[in-house]
Amino acid sequence: MTKENIINPQNLVYKKPSLMNNTPMHYCPGCSHGMVHKLVAEIIEEMEMTDNTIGICPVGCAVFAYNYLDIDWIEAAHGRAPACATAVKRLWPDHLVFTYQGDGDFACIGTAESIHAMNRGENIAIIFINNAIYGMTGGQMAPTTLMGMKTATCPYGRQADLHGYPLKMTELAANLEGTCYITRQSVHNVAAINRTKKAIRKAFENSLTGKGTSLVEVVSTCNAGWKLTPVQANKWMEENMFPYYPLGDIKDTTKE
Amino acid sequence: MNRIAGIIVVDTERCKGCGLCVEACPKKIVRLTEKSVNKKGYPYAIQTESELCNGCTSCGIVCPDGCITVYRKKWKEEQV
Ligand SMILES: Cc1ncc(C[n+]2csc(CCOP(=O)(O)OP(=O)(O)O)c2C)c(N)n1
Ligand code: SF4
Ligand code: SF4
Ligand code: SF4
Ligand SMILES: [Mg+2]
Repeated sequence: MTKENIINPQNLVYKKPSLMNNTPMHYCPGCSHGMVHKLVAEIIEEMEMTDNTIGICPVGCAVFAYNYLDIDWIEAAHGRAPACATAVKRLWPDHLVFTYQGDGDFACIGTAESIHAMNRGENIAIIFINNAIYGMTGGQMAPTTLMGMKTATCPYGRQADLHGYPLKMTELAANLEGTCYITRQSVHNVAAINRTKKAIRKAFENSLTGKGTSLVEVVSTCNAGWKLTPVQANKWMEENMFPYYPLGDIKDTTKE
Repeated sequence: MNRIAGIIVVDTERCKGCGLCVEACPKKIVRLTEKSVNKKGYPYAIQTESELCNGCTSCGIVCPDGCITVYRKKWKEEQV
């Protein structure tokens, strides 16, 4: 069997989704953002929703998401994506509307918008990239930073008396009447990536069928901010993030 | 006998040398270049012993930048 025999369109089993264009992504090598972008592109393509999806970008490293996925996007002010998505979904109820937000965006500056959109049960999907840090601005402490974890603004590690405790937004969201599907996933290996894909697909379907707000937290790495290699960052995440942010579905009212 | 063969094609200019595909390959046949870099200055992923590849797609799936295309061909030995 020669190489030429194998490299043939009919033998193609994996490629970058076509909805993800060829613009080089500005993310650091190995950043989880790229991985989740790829999944979002695959899902929208598979759902044949390319022309009927509106994504809301955050402020944070994913601020340029609109450059990479060829769907309609709106760039919201920092933390205001759920408010923006509320308006969009109410005006275009037949559209798939989702926000894509970091932890600084979703769990800090936008806390009010996040909680109230979910409490109102807006028919939107929220993808929440929790890398426990403000990646874009240089790795400052976020509400999600783990106890003892060192960042640019807590160089001796996060301490409860000074900084309070890491905020579990996802568990909090599960207590709100308006939410229908709440899950926490990750993208550090093939099995985890496949589970995250299923979760985001379900959240997107919930937006279309109007079941309420869905939240998919993706426990992620910021290897640059954590000052680790991408492979080390995944290991560090497994050892340190997963015990505090355990993976799995937390709420699903769509089964009933 | 049923045979299976895979091969990967890396978009070496898009690759950022993160090494996640190297880690993900169960056959340990993906590595980063040691002496050459792409136009961005990154070492890039290459497949070493393509005859061991079964086209499992793990390397492609984990690549955050979508740099890897995977091909897989199945055939019966006597047909060759
Ligand atoms: C109103 C406002 N306040 C502060 C900032 C500065 N700022 C930009 S990104 C960011 C934090 C982003 O962190 P996160 O949402 O976790 O995203 P990541 O980069 O980690 O993906 C901050 C504080 C801003 N752009 N606008
Ligand atoms: S700073 Fe962190 S979150 Fe931002 S692109 Fe780099 S690795 Fe990703
Ligand atoms: S397709 Fe599978 S076996 Fe082949 S190089 Fe990629 S990870 Fe390795
Ligand atoms: S995972 Fe992708 S970007 Fe990273 S080294 Fe492999 S091909 Fe390059
Ligand atoms: Mg962050």
